Amino acid sequence: MLYAILCYNDENAVFSWTKAEDDAVMAGLDVVHQKLAAKGKLGPAVRLMPTTAATTLRKDREPAVVVDGPFAETKEQLLGFYVVDFENLEEALVYVREMGLANPGGAYEIRPLRVFLRGADVSDRELAAVQS
Amino acid sequence: MTDIAWIDAALTSARPQAIGALLRYFRDLEVAEEAYQEACLRALKTWPANGPPRDPAAWLIFVGRNVAIDQVRKSSRTEALPEEDQLSDLDDAEAPMAERLDGAHYRDDILRLLFICCHPELPATQQIALALRIVSGLSVKQIARAFLVSEAAMEQRITRAKARIARAEIPFEAPGPIERSERLGAVAAMVYLVFNEGYSTTGDSAPLKAPFCDEAIRLGRLLLRLYQSEPEIMGLLALMLLQHARTPARLDAEGAIVLLDDQDRRLWAHDRIAEGMALIDKAMRHRRTGPYQLQAAIAALHDRAARPEDTDWTEIELLYQALERFQPSPVVRLNRAVAVSKARGPAEALEMILPLEGPLSGYFHFFGVKGALLLQLGRHAEAREAWGRAIALANTAAEAAHIRLQIDRLSEGV
Repeated sequence: MLYAILCYNDENAVFSWTKAEDDAVMAGLDVVHQKLAAKGKLGPAVRLMPTTAATTLRKDREPAVVVDGPFAETKEQLLGFYVVDFENLEEALVYVREMGLANPGGAYEIRPLRVFLRGADVSDRELAAVQS
Repeated sequence: MTDIAWIDAALTSARPQAIGALLRYFRDLEVAEEAYQEACLRALKTWPANGPPRDPAAWLIFVGRNVAIDQVRKSSRTEALPEEDQLSDLDDAEAPMAERLDGAHYRDDILRLLFICCHPELPATQQIALALRIVSGLSVKQIARAFLVSEAAMEQRITRAKARIARAEIPFEAPGPIERSERLGAVAAMVYLVFNEGYSTTGDSAPLKAPFCDEAIRLGRLLLRLYQSEPEIMGLLALMLLQHARTPARLDAEGAIVLLDDQDRRLWAHDRIAEGMALIDKAMRHRRTGPYQLQAAIAALHDRAARPEDTDWTEIELLYQALERFQPSPVVRLNRAVAVSKARGPAEALEMILPLEGPLSGYFHFFGVKGALLLQLGRHAEAREAWGRAIALANTAAEAAHIRLQIDRLSEGV
């Protein structure tokens, strides 16, 4: 079953990490990524820019309004997500716990997916610039 | 990352809000800072065992406030000492406490805390030192090392600056819209000062001041989170990100400046560039341009060019023209002239800068640019003379060395 792993954390803290600290967390997470990838379970994964880069379209009114910032003011923010193929919730929790040890603070929300569209592979284009 | 490192990051991130709120309660910076310190010590004791609270800032404010009230009671000895365990079991109290902390205040709390650091009587370096000490929580030792002074001297400077603030009336009532926007402007300028202190430093102290850039960006993000629809705050953050993106390529092994044209652009931090561009994109939607947005747009045009020759100098010149309308200054004109020289040749640029020789007679970069333009026009003797003046005005050994290299090349006919 496909799951989204939604990564929440306090972006104040996360975006204050030094490059060394950030690299250390990513290296820790990468151990789990590699395991998942080796078993063919890891789908696309995305790291988001801080919520200050976000813009929100509120469509619950007429006409819809464009607002600067994220959809909601929260203590912890959605900072990224994975799409992973897990057998079940139990297996998901095993891996997500391991990721949590490498990346303390905040929470991982494990949310089963309803629809997954492959779409075009855009990762070579703009994302390449973002990740490099 | 260890738990302690995570707690450290959480404490730093909660600091402006916590000290800002404590300052509002106690109306005394010294008391607010001490209360925060004490709260941090307790956090380091209890968080590793109990796990971090859901809202670290609220926890620190609550504990800090109780501690400071305790102190006052102890020192006045008029009331019985409260039991230590009054502070325990905070987790139960946390949710209602967070409600009581009154979210509406926190924007003004943080803004006030930043604003008191930009007191107009304080010279720029003291504003920077104070902001780094109070808002960012850098130790006096760290700041002293970065400014190449003894710890005692920096301690004294910060103490004096604080005394000056204490004498000034800190406005505690919630500011009106006009006042708030004035404060925001002053605070934005101060944040950019902190950034530039880190960015413009070359040589031996460059690595010591490099963290100032990250700190200023952190403060910029904080400001933008508080004022999400302010295009100039988006511009400020974008500007800092787009400049700081070049940091990995900007200094050579000796700490000397590598000019934009000579930088290895593959070393640039592309995630910062992408974020900066996204912010400019957002800011433009507001159609309220300003100096930070314009400077960010100029930085973006440089950052977007894969090679120096791909730079859109025509567009950069237009942006400098617009910037001149906001900030008419000889330095902006000089920068515009550089763009003109690239877009339309050195003759027109030289004509533009000659009237600036008076106001910029003590400015290193003026003579650097003048020399370069003269060289392009084949007027070698005059170029050498201009560069001679530049060397005499150089602020750092690295600047002088850079110009000397140009003169040597000229002499060798390279």
